[in-house]
Amino acid sequence: MDEKPILSAKDLELKFTLRGKVMTALRGISLDVYKGEALAIVGESGSGKSVFTKTFMGLTDANGAITGGELRYKDQDLLALKTEAQWRKIRGKEIAMVMQDPMTSLNPLKTVGWQIQEAVELHQGLKGKAAHAAAVEALRDVGIDDPERRFRQYPHEFSGGMRQRVVIAIAIACKPQVLICDEPTTALDVTIQAQILGLIKELQKKYKLTTIYITHDLGVVANVADRIAVMYAGDIVEIGKCEEVFYDPKHPYTWALLSSLPQLGVKGEPLYAIEGTPPNLFMDIQGDAFAPRNPKALNIDFVERPPFFEVSPTHKARTWLLDPRAPKVEAPERIRHLKEEGVSLRVQ
Amino acid sequence: MSSEPNVTNQPLVEVDDLRVDFGSHRHPFHAVRGVTFHINKGETFGLVGESGSGKTTIGRAIIRVNPVAGGEVRYQGKRISGKISAEEDKALTRKIQMIFQDPMASLNERAKVDYIVSEGLLNLGRNLTREEREEKVARALEDVGLLPEFASRFPHEFSGGQRQRIGIARALIMEPEFIIADEPISALDVSIRAQVLNLMSKLQKERGLTYLFIAHDLSVVRFISDRIGVIYKGQLMELASSEQLFTNPLHPYTNALLSAIPMPDPVRERDKKLVVYDPSCHHYEKEKPAWTEFEPGHFVLANERELDGYRKKAGK
Repeated sequence: MDEKPILSAKDLELKFTLRGKVMTALRGISLDVYKGEALAIVGESGSGKSVFTKTFMGLTDANGAITGGELRYKDQDLLALKTEAQWRKIRGKEIAMVMQDPMTSLNPLKTVGWQIQEAVELHQGLKGKAAHAAAVEALRDVGIDDPERRFRQYPHEFSGGMRQRVVIAIAIACKPQVLICDEPTTALDVTIQAQILGLIKELQKKYKLTTIYITHDLGVVANVADRIAVMYAGDIVEIGKCEEVFYDPKHPYTWALLSSLPQLGVKGEPLYAIEGTPPNLFMDIQGDAFAPRNPKALNIDFVERPPFFEVSPTHKARTWLLDPRAPKVEAPERIRHLKEEGVSLRVQ
Repeated sequence: MSSEPNVTNQPLVEVDDLRVDFGSHRHPFHAVRGVTFHINKGETFGLVGESGSGKTTIGRAIIRVNPVAGGEVRYQGKRISGKISAEEDKALTRKIQMIFQDPMASLNERAKVDYIVSEGLLNLGRNLTREEREEKVARALEDVGLLPEFASRFPHEFSGGQRQRIGIARALIMEPEFIIADEPISALDVSIRAQVLNLMSKLQKERGLTYLFIAHDLSVVRFISDRIGVIYKGQLMELASSEQLFTNPLHPYTNALLSAIPMPDPVRERDKKLVVYDPSCHHYEKEKPAWTEFEPGHFVLANERELDGYRKKAGK
């Protein structure tokens, strides 16, 4: 890891205007991403994790506007980019994205090869045979057998997992620095999921990619992430190394997310479920956004927004529980022993 | 959901040597081949397999959406596949209900919740007055933890978890005995999955419902099912109680599925060895496999040689 972040957001605030009402989707979020690392952003739907990463590529919906903060890629100020032509130098070439659903992110009317070659021609300036060769190479890279033949096939001739491989091939064909994977495996089966995650990990090593995973399932990222950022209601509530977040989580929301994993369920008992719904982002949020759903919330949680408290140099969390004056509240029993016992698939 | 007093040993649904074909008569594609299992009254039977394995097709064959090409399906001992009388058909429509995977796609966007939930009642031609119907809808919504006021809203006004609850209310209003839940939670967030699963558990306890739970993720199925069937390319590979399947998985495909479950533990995950299932590991050319009861209640598709191997491993 380098000292200087490759991507850096500082106090970023983003608002959407919907039928005259204003919704604050990102509430002063800060994040540094370092070269070569794999970072996972975890949160429920509506927590703003996709909105946040879309700002890195200038893909914010037309009714959204960044109203404060900074966003830098290397030495470049991304918020200064105004035109599509300027963005196109970043998008795809420097920062590429793998979308959730491989069924909808490919063009059904064009061959798979054409779609990869298009990206290569646009971003690498290759033409004709050279572009063709690069596209075939990209297919081979993502583990597709017989790439020359597959090159001429259409998306419907591929299975779901294979299609996701094609989407990844398009993303890496332009040799980007940063790869954003937005729920890369949610639409896939468990067995295929493991294969695709393995593939991304392999490519990350091979090309020294910086990878950002977006997911709602903490279970998925244990294998792939170096660092984990937990997002809730438009802000990061906890960030730390993978081990720190799994073995020593500090924020009550992280506790709740971990507890609700079905892998930890005990048969015959109800699964842990987070009560209530995420806050309405059209309203101003007072205090800790998670407080209304936290049965053990402190009084101050409803009044003042907690700052980041440092647990270790790499691990910090936004919760008043870490204040020296706070009462001692332990993490729930069922996630306290992730390390000692590991998680066996206990069946009683 | 196990060890409930509701679980009985009476089979409610029996699937016997089921075959479902797609495509033309001359070139049929066997989506489901020779599948045999039964579901006891009051239990949850989990059906696990990857996409394209035929698990949904089995569910659809039971509810009589897909015609059966061979074998039969029995409900309470009576054949329900193929031709049955109009009366029976009507009764079954009420008794067997289904919950679908994607709550975004399975609700009519242009209809209000009131209509969506009560559509089944209307279709059965029950002569209900408006008040009776509204009361039933209100009760069904309350049963799944929604407010009766929601009846006048449209599906797009709800979150994913709430929509899935509407889907469950729509099944419940028919007062069914047997519910086929086809991947009811795979389109939902992890935090919401728990809510829906707990709701299904609670309803089962209260009403003695029987579930067929179809999923691709063993970690969820383990939690909710009493018995689990593992299906691959239209054939059952292994069938056992959840305990047996997780403590003593026999078939290599079951092992592959188990190894793919992501664990919330970074250290173990990193040195995890992924088991990949290779169908050519079987050598079935010489010796055909058979559906065998390896130990009481634990079935596996294997030939004699493989069974010997399994026995050795189990130390028998």
